[in-house]
Amino acid sequence: MKELNLPVTEDELHAYVDGELPDDRCANVEAWLRTNPDDAARVASWRAFAERLQLRYGGVADEAIPKRLEIEKIIGRPRRWMYGAAAAAALAFVAGGAIGWTAHGVTATPSVYAAFTEDALDAHRLYVVEVRHPVEVAGNERDHLQQWLSKRVGYQVTPPQLDKAGLKLVGGRLLPGPDGPAAFFMYEGPSGERFTVYSSRAKTADMQMRYVTKRSDASMFWSDAGVGYALCGPADRDKLQQVAGLVYDQVERADVKTK
Amino acid sequence: MLTGNLNLSPAMVDFRQSVEEMIPALRRYARALTRDADIADDLVQDTLVRALRSERLFHGGDLRSWLYTILTNLNRNRRRSMARRPILTQLPEDTADAGGTEAESRDIERALDSLIEDQRSVLLLVVLEGLSYREVAEIQGVPIGTVMSRLARARAHVKSVIEGERPPLRRVK
Repeated sequence: MKELNLPVTEDELHAYVDGELPDDRCANVEAWLRTNPDDAARVASWRAFAERLQLRYGGVADEAIPKRLEIEKIIGRPRRWMYGAAAAAALAFVAGGAIGWTAHGVTATPSVYAAFTEDALDAHRLYVVEVRHPVEVAGNERDHLQQWLSKRVGYQVTPPQLDKAGLKLVGGRLLPGPDGPAAFFMYEGPSGERFTVYSSRAKTADMQMRYVTKRSDASMFWSDAGVGYALCGPADRDKLQQVAGLVYDQVERADVKTK
Repeated sequence: MLTGNLNLSPAMVDFRQSVEEMIPALRRYARALTRDADIADDLVQDTLVRALRSERLFHGGDLRSWLYTILTNLNRNRRRSMARRPILTQLPEDTADAGGTEAESRDIERALDSLIEDQRSVLLLVVLEGLSYREVAEIQGVPIGTVMSRLARARAHVKSVIEGERPPLRRVK
């Protein structure tokens, strides 16, 4: 069996079935399969599965498209949906987080940052899954959003510009925070990945950035002059650090302006 | 802000047309991903809403992969939010839309059900949707090697479920 001097790997078997193997290697794989019945059986079972999968679901693509998925329907939908049902969402949020919120009031200072980060991550996880009602005020009302939230949290808060990181402001909302109201901004990248900025008064000393991960999400927390910030997003430290840097720079600048 | 139908540029008309052409394939992928016709169409709807809302953020590139990426991410988010809720008893699947025999359909669904999310998504994108390993790597944001190992595990798992063996309990990335 001179032609079988290069053994065929499992990766190559998959690539062969999926049409990703270079042509000049296909002959070797075919020769290999003739003399390796176990591998031949596996390849046959993968192919049989592909056929059955096509048989089961292939026809979905030929079905008539339901009215609600027609592109005109989707484009024609008014943008008002951004505001609606925020109350319902907020209520669900308060109910879901009630135990957490009441507990935070009595937490000692060293864990302020932990509680703060926890709240920010909870809010992040709750709202990034919202497609229709992610925010109370949409990003195209930046000025209104800024004035309203600044008034409520009691210090100047500005939604940072994160275009440099490819993120667009979706909008913002008001949330309960560990030591008073919190401002919450949501951003979205081109593939639907979302980042949120959570800011509220925090009874803690100034703190350098700290990175925390919780399952597939992560947060970068820092505090400055009695205000805490937590940037949350997918657990990718480099990206989060880059975005946090942008937020940090702009918060600093905004503070200088108001002083 | 742009509204729906004022002054559409040729590029935007193209964009919308390309999105529209993808709807049947997105429905097929979503149906297999969720095994539930309503949830699947909800996902497609949300994907379209997002894609059309972000059309100005789309700077060329592969529209098809981009739409699959949005749908895959939305489904991951959906499953995550589901995980926080109490577990509901799953009703028997309506297989009225199924091709093949009913028993075969159930086998396929059972096999897909038993996969972990990332493996299911790789398997469907490669085998059902015919995407290349490279495209799937981009959609999942992982190296090609990870795509290949997910695919290999998914196929091994599916084979064992369909052939009635006890599936391995390992949960490896």
